[in-house]
Amino acid sequence: MYDIIINFSYLIASVLFIFGLKGLTHPRTAVRGNFLGACGMFLAVVVTLTDKHIVSYEYIILGIIIGSAIGAALAIKIEMTSMPELVALLNGFGGAASIFVAGAALIEGGSLTNSPVLQLTIATAASGLIGAVTFWGSLVAFGKLQGIISENAVVFSGQQIINALLAVVVLGLSVGVVLHPEVFSLYWVLVGVASILGVLLVIPIGGADMPVVVALLNSYSGLAAAATGFVLSNNVLIITGSLVGASGIILTHIMCKAMNRSLTNVLFGVMAAGGDGGPTADEVYGGKVKSASPEEVALLFDAARRVVIVPGYGMAVSQAQHPVASLASLLESRGATVEYAIHPVAGRMPGHMNVLMAEADVPYESLKDMDEINQTFDQVDVALVIGANDVVNPLARTDPSSPIAGMPIIDVDKAKTVVIIKRSLSPGFAGIPNPLFSLDNSLMLFGDGKKMVLDIITALKES
Amino acid sequence: MEMFIMSFTVFVLAIFVGFEIITKIPPTLHTPLMSGSNAISGITLVGAVVSTGTELWITTVLGFLSVVLASINVVGGFMVTNRMLAMFRKKS
Repeated sequence: MYDIIINFSYLIASVLFIFGLKGLTHPRTAVRGNFLGACGMFLAVVVTLTDKHIVSYEYIILGIIIGSAIGAALAIKIEMTSMPELVALLNGFGGAASIFVAGAALIEGGSLTNSPVLQLTIATAASGLIGAVTFWGSLVAFGKLQGIISENAVVFSGQQIINALLAVVVLGLSVGVVLHPEVFSLYWVLVGVASILGVLLVIPIGGADMPVVVALLNSYSGLAAAATGFVLSNNVLIITGSLVGASGIILTHIMCKAMNRSLTNVLFGVMAAGGDGGPTADEVYGGKVKSASPEEVALLFDAARRVVIVPGYGMAVSQAQHPVASLASLLESRGATVEYAIHPVAGRMPGHMNVLMAEADVPYESLKDMDEINQTFDQVDVALVIGANDVVNPLARTDPSSPIAGMPIIDVDKAKTVVIIKRSLSPGFAGIPNPLFSLDNSLMLFGDGKKMVLDIITALKES
Repeated sequence: MEMFIMSFTVFVLAIFVGFEIITKIPPTLHTPLMSGSNAISGITLVGAVVSTGTELWITTVLGFLSVVLASINVVGGFMVTNRMLAMFRKKS
């Protein structure tokens, strides 16, 4: 009877998680969805506290208090620009939690669960392996996002061979854990070697590919939870882990598509073929780049009926979101239509730019996906590119030998006028010049993003 | 073996449910989706709580560590997701 109540509660919790995710299909229902998810979690934890294996509660309560305090502090303090760092960290914690839970279950030797021995041991090895790779991979990703570790791809000779060898050792140790579950130290050696593998797998991945890696590690953290579910024969863990795993895989796929990179290329730190054959900066820019003043740009905006703003991560770095949003409101109050074109990799994680714009009070209806807005650029009077480079580079469409060839871009070059706010003509992550800057209908506004937008606003108000 | 097949069935079906729902989530909400999935993958807390409460000191230590980590995920994940989603709701 007792088992029935517990399992029934877990089922309700799983259903609440599914409804929670379903709520995220629209911004209007999303807050309620998140609340339903939290209710599911609360139910699952409270029911588990009645488990008959529990003999004392002090460490449970203490752990929950400490963890909740840290979690709450992180959630309240974190800047929206640092959201990828937080998600990377939480991915890692999820992985680490799986390592410890599976390790404890191995020591208890199945007395906590009714899993068959073979399932218990295989799932334990999987939890330790995936958990360790997730934890250390996430820490490296966090370090790269924070700038503690070089953001560039760290590649050394023989890297692939070392990784392959480590993978073989990890698999061998996993078999060892399955065959000799009574030798606990084997499990911890497995966790140790998998940790090295986790570090080496993420270290060669360059900064531009971070959105893919964070999404992939998100998926791994879900799979680690699912593996732990198999260890404990616990359906709520299996279901939740699968949901998270599926979510991470989908996001990884979307990010890869948005950069026109295959997952293997990202994982092995390979930039797309080509790159050397492209035109040099001098050939592209030589005498053709026109620069403008904020006052001239204000005149353009004054006459514009339809404006599209293309924000890139550079905008967030110069903290220009709020001025950009004010500029948009000002233009709208003068009768213009203003929309935002969001490239899927505009930020440093999936959907990051949307959150940054939402923080600046931009209504989500004005944030348009790339595919949606690209069809309408021939009717756009002014496109304002701020802090973006590679995602508006027409070479992706025109030059098949370019490293970004085939990458979907925002077609700002088709607008009547393009204004690009940028500090200099320096290249983006792809390291190639951008012919957009020297087009006849392009104007460069050189300077700090925030200052330039504020100058445009001042000039507009004076006119 | 029967037990495993049951669990595996749940696993595979849940992945399909995940794919069905998550492909319908608009790109605008992908960041809250990730932090929200961090929160629910803190469900490991359920296993962690039981390990912590047992008599063996070693499993209590391991359980305690995972209770702390999973609680960070649960509380941090739900709270930060809520914070982001509230920003999306503000203007509409």
